[in-house]
Amino acid sequence: MVYTCTMSLGSVLLGVLAAGPAHGYDLKRAHDGRFPAARPLAYGQVYATLARLERDGLVEQVETRQHAGPERTVYALTASGRDELRRWLAETEQPGPYAADELVRKTITALHTGADSVDFLRRQRAVHLEAMRALTRERAAAAEPGTRIALDHTLAHLDADLRWLEETRERIAQDGTTR
Amino acid sequence: MIDAPEPILSAHGIHKSFGRTVALRGAALELRPGECVAITGPSGSGKSTLLHCLAGVLLPDSGVVTFRGARLDGLGVDERTRLRRISFGLVLQFGQLVPELTALENVALPLLLEGRRRPDAAAVAAQWLERLEVGQLATTRPTAMSGGEAQRVAIARALVTSPDIVFADEPTGALDTVTGELALDVLVKATRETEAALVLVTHDNRVAAVADREVVLRDGAVEPGPGDPA
Ligand SMILES: Nc1ncnc2c1ncn2[C@@H]1O[C@H](COP(=O)(O)OP(=O)(O)OP(=O)(O)O)[C@@H](O)[C@H]1O
Ligand SMILES: [Mg+2]
Repeated sequence: MVYTCTMSLGSVLLGVLAAGPAHGYDLKRAHDGRFPAARPLAYGQVYATLARLERDGLVEQVETRQHAGPERTVYALTASGRDELRRWLAETEQPGPYAADELVRKTITALHTGADSVDFLRRQRAVHLEAMRALTRERAAAAEPGTRIALDHTLAHLDADLRWLEETRERIAQDGTTR
Repeated sequence: MIDAPEPILSAHGIHKSFGRTVALRGAALELRPGECVAITGPSGSGKSTLLHCLAGVLLPDSGVVTFRGARLDGLGVDERTRLRRISFGLVLQFGQLVPELTALENVALPLLLEGRRRPDAAAVAAQWLERLEVGQLATTRPTAMSGGEAQRVAIARALVTSPDIVFADEPTGALDTVTGELALDVLVKATRETEAALVLVTHDNRVAAVADREVVLRDGAVEPGPGDPA
């Protein structure tokens, strides 16, 4: 998962803060644990997002803790942060559009250019299945049901891609054409 | 380079026809001890036929299958039956349990056929039912079991002789996702623990992803891997 829309990361962090006040490091760890298939958050991203949420009045600084390590600012949800989170969770998401996916672009382009699409599809299947194998092992080792559910989502999408790749193979075989 | 261990089972140039239908045309596969391989491919590509040839249930028209270096077609009928009963375990998609027998009797059957004494066979069978978490079904007949329960009993029966290889044809096919996942989990876990190799025929990518590697069948032959020349 890559956050093209910075708003979405903000909402996710509001969701983490709903469990109680936390500092930036906690937020990153909670995020990476909740979304094991996502790219781990960079601290820069966390602090930039917190600054924006604070500016918008959705979170506030509640204390500055110092243990053995560096000084850390603890953030908490404000009342309007809680409202914003509720609003975000109540809103349905727009499905797709998956047609923008690079995999779709490449496959369709290969079909139209008469490139060796069968070979491409064969190699892509191997790559997808290898990714599914790695996620399946990760899923088997995951202790948290939430982690397994997040991995299931990625697995289901890879599975859908694989079925589409296989259908494409069958159609090419039936039509006897790559155009 | 470290040499891979010797294959426990290997098949080369397997051809098999049913009347005019050519099911396999030159299929090949090598299986290493303890390995888990998924056989995938479109419907009608010959997956079940290949599995049956590997397991010695069907003899190919031509081509050779060897188990621990011995050709299956070189064995007598009795020897092949014993091999299937002792060294191989078979899990099929539907109704493979004997309907007149209880779960315990079904699981004990391969041992009894091998001449094990009844109390002994029953004790081993009971252990396997427990291990697959269907111990409470010992006296239940297959018609009174859910699909998932029957599949666990079938897995227990396939494993009761501690086979070297378990062959499974669509082991999750008739089950819903969650029940199928549980059945697959116990099958994979039990074969790993007993260090048995596992050959899984499946059309389900989630199942294929559990295996160490995939063999894709297409029109009765194995498709070259991504690194191989087409
Ligand atoms: N006993 C049989 N008699 C006649 N034809 C058969 C028999 N068994 C298989 N075939 C044919 O051989 C071909 C391969 O069948 P097989 O059952 O091996 O395919 P499969 O890959 O397992 O398909 P599916 O995914 O649908 O189970 C098919 O065309 C099938 O109709
Ligand atoms: Mg089949």
